[in-house]
Amino acid sequence: MYSDKVMDHFKNPRNIGELEDYNAVGTVGNPKCGDIMKIYMKIEDNIIKDISFKTFGCGAAVATSSMATEMVKGKTIEEALALTNKAVAEALDGLPPAKLHCSVLAEEAIKTAIADYYKKQGIDPKPIIGCNADCAHCCEH
Amino acid sequence: MKIIYADHAATTRVKPEVLEKMRPYLTEEYGNPSSLYGFSYNSKRAVEQARENIAGLIGADVKEVYFTGCGTESDNWAIKGAAWANGKKGKHMITSKTEHHAVLHTCQYLEKQGFDVTYLDVDKDGFINPDELIKAIRPDTILITIMFANNEIGTIMPISEIGRIARERSILFHTDAVQAAGHVPIDVNAMNIDMLSISGHKLGAPKGVGVLYIRKGVKIESLMHGGGHERGKRAGTENVPHIVGLGEAARLAKAYMDENIKKVTAMRDRLIDGILKIPYTRLTGPTENRLPGLASFVIEAVEGEAMLLKLFEYGICASSGSACSSGSLDPSHVLLAIGYPHHIAHGSLRLSIGEENTDEEIDRIIEAVPEVVKKLRDMSPVWENGKPAWA
Repeated sequence: MYSDKVMDHFKNPRNIGELEDYNAVGTVGNPKCGDIMKIYMKIEDNIIKDISFKTFGCGAAVATSSMATEMVKGKTIEEALALTNKAVAEALDGLPPAKLHCSVLAEEAIKTAIADYYKKQGIDPKPIIGCNADCAHCCEH
Repeated sequence: MKIIYADHAATTRVKPEVLEKMRPYLTEEYGNPSSLYGFSYNSKRAVEQARENIAGLIGADVKEVYFTGCGTESDNWAIKGAAWANGKKGKHMITSKTEHHAVLHTCQYLEKQGFDVTYLDVDKDGFINPDELIKAIRPDTILITIMFANNEIGTIMPISEIGRIARERSILFHTDAVQAAGHVPIDVNAMNIDMLSISGHKLGAPKGVGVLYIRKGVKIESLMHGGGHERGKRAGTENVPHIVGLGEAARLAKAYMDENIKKVTAMRDRLIDGILKIPYTRLTGPTENRLPGLASFVIEAVEGEAMLLKLFEYGICASSGSACSSGSLDPSHVLLAIGYPHHIAHGSLRLSIGEENTDEEIDRIIEAVPEVVKKLRDMSPVWENGKPAWA
């Protein structure tokens, strides 16, 4: 049911754990839905220097978190904000239809962490990110 | 890697003895039991021998055993057939909230046709309360359908009591015994069961064959119309090899039942003791009146599907009632019905043991599950300082 790539990222998740010196963090999902992603970032000079994640959820939730962190690592904030759920799913050679919401969650987790970075700088993230990055609503996907 | 199969509530391996009994009917004995010439007699005799074996397993008369295509067909037939045949007497039926979807979705279908269904609550261990059943009975109640044993949490319902209540009020009683048949003793007469569903592949027969026991005198419409097979009640050429397989599986189940219950229960209890050592882990379902092979849990702060994928890295086949493992947004209706909130029910794990399992395999599972849980908790944002975020 899962592609080899999904299984690889599930079995060997990249960037797993909590960064020691993160300066941005974002959590999406809620325990009721059974998927929670927490993304830690170390952002310097507009670049995501380091990134990690912790995920409570199914195989697809872990794999999409892992893949999304790989895809934005070393990228500028603008490049990271341009990451779409579709790109995450494609990079994993596709997801079963019932699991596409996991890739949406991964996209939102990245955006939420960046929003947190802006908020900590005293900048309103809403005009930049397009929402107030209060994404604890996974059940709606 | 060696597979450790701990998902016998999902399906079972065809027993070697069963396959041997089936083999001639897949090869040289291909006669149609309905044909007149001598060549088909062996097929006919084999089907009738299988019928006798099934009757023997549940204490029925051979004329009360009807072969079907699967357990789901048996449930559909019993419920729709009884509803349609008795709809003039009344439109009310009673079931429970923890039935298999083969029963629940059939009841929901009949609701759309104008029937009225009461879904009884269950307690924290999954038992219905017989007093609530009595209260739910109305003058127009025509059918009570309550499962013999639950497929997710192993609860064995108070079947004799339900049967007595139904019989005293002349209400039909159907039970989905798909998880129970061949695994625990069943006596349709002592238990006052009017209809009972069996699925072959849960007891060592192949997939694609089932049984509906229908007590003599019970009025029931047919689902399948056509030839006069199964005494005119279920048309369709008999699946002779599979029926033979189910008959042999039933014979073996009866012959070895006491021995198997003892062996499987001991393995199950050891498994339960081992898994419950994991912190923030609970047994789902009862400790008494529980299916011999079924060990089920909720393990907090880990998600069921992730657990299954990781367990399979150890070769262990298990199952879960989590939302993600079912492809829906909600965890299993059974776990919700016994009172678990969503965030706990997501951590559901079911291990179902059969007599083919070994003590070594149980040891291996008891070693593997805590390792898997630790790995997943280590990466879980809801596991903090050795406990779930909500604890």
